[in-house]
Amino acid sequence: MSRVRALAVVLMLLASCEREDRRLDSREFTTRYATWSDSSKGPYDHNAHGTTEGQMLFEQMNCSGCHANGGGGMGPALMDDKWIYGSNPNEIFTSIASGRPNGMPAWKSRLNNEQIWRLVAYVRSLSGLTPKGDRPSREDHMMVKPSPYQTPKAKPVIVRSTFTPAGR
Amino acid sequence: MRRLLVIIASASLVVCNACKPEPSRSTGSRDVAVGAAPTEGTDAPPEDGQWVRPAKDFASTRYSGLAEINTSNVNALRLVASFSTGVLHGHEAAPIVAGSTMYVITPFPNIVYALDLSKPGFPVKWQFNPTPEPAAQGVACCDVVNRGVVFDNGRIFFNTLDNHTIALDAASGKEVWNTKVGDINIGETMTMAPLVVKGKVLVGDSGGEMGVRGWLKALDANSGKVLWTAYHTGPDSEVLIGPAFKPHYSQDQGKDLGVSTWPADMWKIGGGTMWGWISYDPAQDLIYYGSGNPGPWNPEVRPGDNKWTTTMFARKPDTGEAVWAYQISPHDLHDYDGINEQILVDMPWNGTKRKVLIRPERNGYVYVMDRVTGEVLSAEAFGYVNSTNGVDLKTGMLQYNPDKETQVGKVVRDICPAAPGMKDWQPTAYSPKTGMLYIPHQNLCMDEEGVSANYIAGTPYVGMNVKMTAGPGGKRGEFEAWNPQTGKQVWAIKEDLPVWSGTVVTAGDVAFYGTMNGLFKAVDARTGKQLWQFDTGSGIIGQPITFKGPDGHQYVAILSGVGGWSGMIVSAGLDPRDSSAALGFVNAMRDLPAKTKMGGKLFVFAL
Repeated sequence: MSRVRALAVVLMLLASCEREDRRLDSREFTTRYATWSDSSKGPYDHNAHGTTEGQMLFEQMNCSGCHANGGGGMGPALMDDKWIYGSNPNEIFTSIASGRPNGMPAWKSRLNNEQIWRLVAYVRSLSGLTPKGDRPSREDHMMVKPSPYQTPKAKPVIVRSTFTPAGR
Repeated sequence: MRRLLVIIASASLVVCNACKPEPSRSTGSRDVAVGAAPTEGTDAPPEDGQWVRPAKDFASTRYSGLAEINTSNVNALRLVASFSTGVLHGHEAAPIVAGSTMYVITPFPNIVYALDLSKPGFPVKWQFNPTPEPAAQGVACCDVVNRGVVFDNGRIFFNTLDNHTIALDAASGKEVWNTKVGDINIGETMTMAPLVVKGKVLVGDSGGEMGVRGWLKALDANSGKVLWTAYHTGPDSEVLIGPAFKPHYSQDQGKDLGVSTWPADMWKIGGGTMWGWISYDPAQDLIYYGSGNPGPWNPEVRPGDNKWTTTMFARKPDTGEAVWAYQISPHDLHDYDGINEQILVDMPWNGTKRKVLIRPERNGYVYVMDRVTGEVLSAEAFGYVNSTNGVDLKTGMLQYNPDKETQVGKVVRDICPAAPGMKDWQPTAYSPKTGMLYIPHQNLCMDEEGVSANYIAGTPYVGMNVKMTAGPGGKRGEFEAWNPQTGKQVWAIKEDLPVWSGTVVTAGDVAFYGTMNGLFKAVDARTGKQLWQFDTGSGIIGQPITFKGPDGHQYVAILSGVGGWSGMIVSAGLDPRDSSAALGFVNAMRDLPAKTKMGGKLFVFAL
């Protein structure tokens, strides 16, 4: 019996290993810099805590008002494979920090770099670009979409914005 | 028996003075008076064959006296011209016809085209590009639509998404004046078609989902100067409530209710925008319109009646002074904006002739109101409603159903109608010949969950998770004929998708409307029998019109191009896996991308 318990404890520890890969050095780094060297993953992509904080900011800063829970509305969808300004961490950081001309506001005066990097992780998680294990298994609110844990990884493509003005 | 009732009703309905169009002042227009005047005892005005404003006349009947196209020959209607606007967003505008020119405005970037109706194929005469700021698209709640231009005294007036009201010379397309009346940085946009009354251009703002403070402004048609601004929240001095203000019901009486019915200072970001329709009665010299929803949608954070949101106003056009007001949905719970059209008619009510206005309201009731006093004469549901239990005609109070009150952290299910209401902006037509209203509308319900709402200027201020579904029966739309005197439906056509287009009804007893999968339909105005249809290729959410061309024949025109709040899943490419996308509308429209594609095209038909 105690062997079973020990096994359970080991499994739990292993699970948390996958879930919490906290880069303790990243905090200092990201609060100071607005670029990240790795274009395939952001500083908080592997950090469940950072991703969840990004989700909180996504609601608090009214990102969800335009992008809904990833499906979009006033702003484009973020859970699909289509990217207007790019899906790599630096490109998303720039979209959030400096805004984009077709309606995305600039947030650098309201959020520090670290907060923006956390938002980057959450935004990437919406289309499955962050590791599955670092995404929550359920939403806190009314179920409006499949569990974030189950979101399949999208293959990002760059598209011409559906919001690009025509006839100009 | 039903037919008999219709005839009795129509015989007793008389179109008011307001329906009379002012004398034609179009440049170089030929005489287009037609002989087919409405019959059956009405005294409708002579038909001038034009369509100078989206609502056709000041009474907003959207009724044409033309009858060359009628129930016996409409099945022979054929396409005579089409024109691509070059824009792929929701086309909600009505084409406008003055003299021998048609004027069409596109959604953002709000290009205005003048088409020469006197030449084959209707070639472009001129084009005007206002080049609105692209960032305006990011604060437009429900696609980047525009509901039309208006022609008056040789000029074209319209609003741009980035809050400019612009006057053009109708003959040359040259800009006469351009006045910026709002600010996208606080979430304001403009989507409504202006109404020009007595040389004043009346315009209002959109942005009830962005924490703006709604208003209606009058601009001098000659100079573009703002003559007055009436806010829909705040102190009486800014709502333009003064000594002339005589509201009918006690809950609308008192000083500075636009401040005292809100928690401290919340009226400053409380919504009450005006992005819909205004009517004008020259005899009373009053304009009539309603204001939009309070913000945020989450009602728990704004205890009180939240005046003067979702409120009907009667105002003097010269000064903007309010003469009466009636709050339709005090402390609105479900985004039931009050910006819908009101049709002005004179009709007997319990033996007395009353000057009334008829409003098929977003909350699900057709209101018949005395437009002199602001008294509600009747309010009957024109579809399935469970969010309220009717209107108390003694007190004028909407009776809320406490089971459907939303709360933070609690999901309330099956609230009917949904946030876009029983009917959104898409305007009704009224035929003095049949005495019936023709109401295009939706049949949707929703689940709602209140969430926190943070005000950040220029971003959404909603505080509600929404998930819409089809209403009872599963059909999401309906085109309905309604007898305002009996308060009963006469006939209805159930549509699979919401009917998000406007409508027009003619002396030929034909009513036209479009569907979101692109079909433009003609139906018998008396029976609802479908007589003709044409597939335009993209969903129709525009407003049909009919006019007499320079060749003396009757034409019918419609813009096709899916979008709007209901069609954003297609026009903005939203992801159907998220039910809450487009403020919850996407959940009810998941199948739309399979049924229609983006478009942007004008279609003109004739026999």
